[in-house]
Amino acid sequence: MEIDKKEYGEYVKKVTPVHSTARNILRAFVTGGAICLIGQALTELFLFLGAEKEAASAWTTLSLIGGSVLLTGLNLYPRLVKFGGAGALVPITGFANSVVAPAIEYRAEGHVFGIGCKIFTIAGPVILFGIFSSWLLGLISWAGGAMGF
Amino acid sequence: MGKKQKGKASVLFECPPLITAAASVVGKKEGEGPLGRYFDQIEADSMLGKKTWEEAESELQTRAARLALAKSGLSREEIRYYFGGDLLAQLIATSFGAVNLEFPLFGIYGACSTMGEAMGLGAMVVEGGFADHIMAAASSHFASAEKQFRFPLEYGNQRPYSATWTVTGCGTVVISKGRENGAQENAGQENRAMAKITGVTTGKIVDMDQKDSMNMGAAMAMAALDTILANFRDLGVDETWYDRIITGDLGQIGRRLLVDYLLQAGHDIRKRHLDCGIEIYDSEAQDTHAGGSGCGCSASVLCGSILPKLKSGEWKRVLFLPTGALLSTVSFNEGKSIPGIAHGVILETPKGAR
Repeated sequence: MEIDKKEYGEYVKKVTPVHSTARNILRAFVTGGAICLIGQALTELFLFLGAEKEAASAWTTLSLIGGSVLLTGLNLYPRLVKFGGAGALVPITGFANSVVAPAIEYRAEGHVFGIGCKIFTIAGPVILFGIFSSWLLGLISWAGGAMGF
Repeated sequence: MGKKQKGKASVLFECPPLITAAASVVGKKEGEGPLGRYFDQIEADSMLGKKTWEEAESELQTRAARLALAKSGLSREEIRYYFGGDLLAQLIATSFGAVNLEFPLFGIYGACSTMGEAMGLGAMVVEGGFADHIMAAASSHFASAEKQFRFPLEYGNQRPYSATWTVTGCGTVVISKGRENGAQENAGQENRAMAKITGVTTGKIVDMDQKDSMNMGAAMAMAALDTILANFRDLGVDETWYDRIITGDLGQIGRRLLVDYLLQAGHDIRKRHLDCGIEIYDSEAQDTHAGGSGCGCSASVLCGSILPKLKSGEWKRVLFLPTGALLSTVSFNEGKSIPGIAHGVILETPKGAR
């Protein structure tokens, strides 16, 4: 029996259920918003405790990362992402999760070749292309400045 | 062509080998599933007292082999070969799991179709007179598979509905020489046997250009279809010859594709089709999405739930068809499609005269 691969691919698409985009967006909005709200509350708290504005935001970032690391270690962060999707992945807490998860998983393969080599398996691309795009933007800014803009 | 060879890809045995013992060891989630009470051992500790996921999977194989051996009443020396496989690169779950078993070993890889491949090869070796007793086994572990094929366990991500859940489990069978026509020598063994293996249809690679590793049912469904049609053609039978046609881990989407395309080919298997991956979990309550998967899925369901039904005579003849998606992380990252394969084993109740 000959089956047309293209036709098959279309049929597969038709019968494969997908997540509802509207629901995902709503959940991401709620989750991401909640994380930002916690961040803002932390900043206000640190300001109230007498920290300078810059120090307060640094402490906020640290607290969010610390919280995410803790939740990852307790295996609770994946549940948050399952619910909130990108809302939990995009904030800095998601980045922390993507660094800590491989560190936990690959600890069994040793401190150098396990944790050392594989800690950035997921976050690596974000770091590389993050640095690359900031370099690119820096170049544009420098060129613009040199041309008198 | 030899008398035992049928058509292009099948064999029918003249003296069908017997499955004389079977053992299944599974994890907690599988134990909590609808088939939980059928498994021999349910291990609550997902590490099985070991330090790594890979060691834990090896321990599954060791335990299942020891249990199957004990059930068979044979001594270790009587098992001539061990045909084993798993999903991990370079087959480490099998290699390390078999260290202390000391059986002469054939390590095989067929992804999730491994149990079918192991039983097919094992049965041929036994019927060919190269061994009186062999063991066939396949294992998988949720955590070692996630680590190798997807993400670290603690990494948060959303699984699509088409994704399957890798079964933590191992199924092991002992395959022994059957009774020669008219001979009395193995009569007792035949009465005690769980099933006999009357034939094998070996699958070929079927690649439908499917590239979504989170929808493996779609990548494997047409391989299952191909082997089923080859089996029907080679033996001159149709679906009514079987009480059940049981695929390995197609899941909900793969099952739908298989059934629909077989209908187009003129075969209605809806009433007699089961899929081990669908049976092993309650997809709603256990949040497993399309179903279970992994070498251990079809292997443990076979040992826990299928073979006892053949032994009791509830089912007379079953086509057991583990399905495999032959991708690797390298082939996937290099943009290759996912080749599928399905290995058919014909199992019959040992009851009644041949």
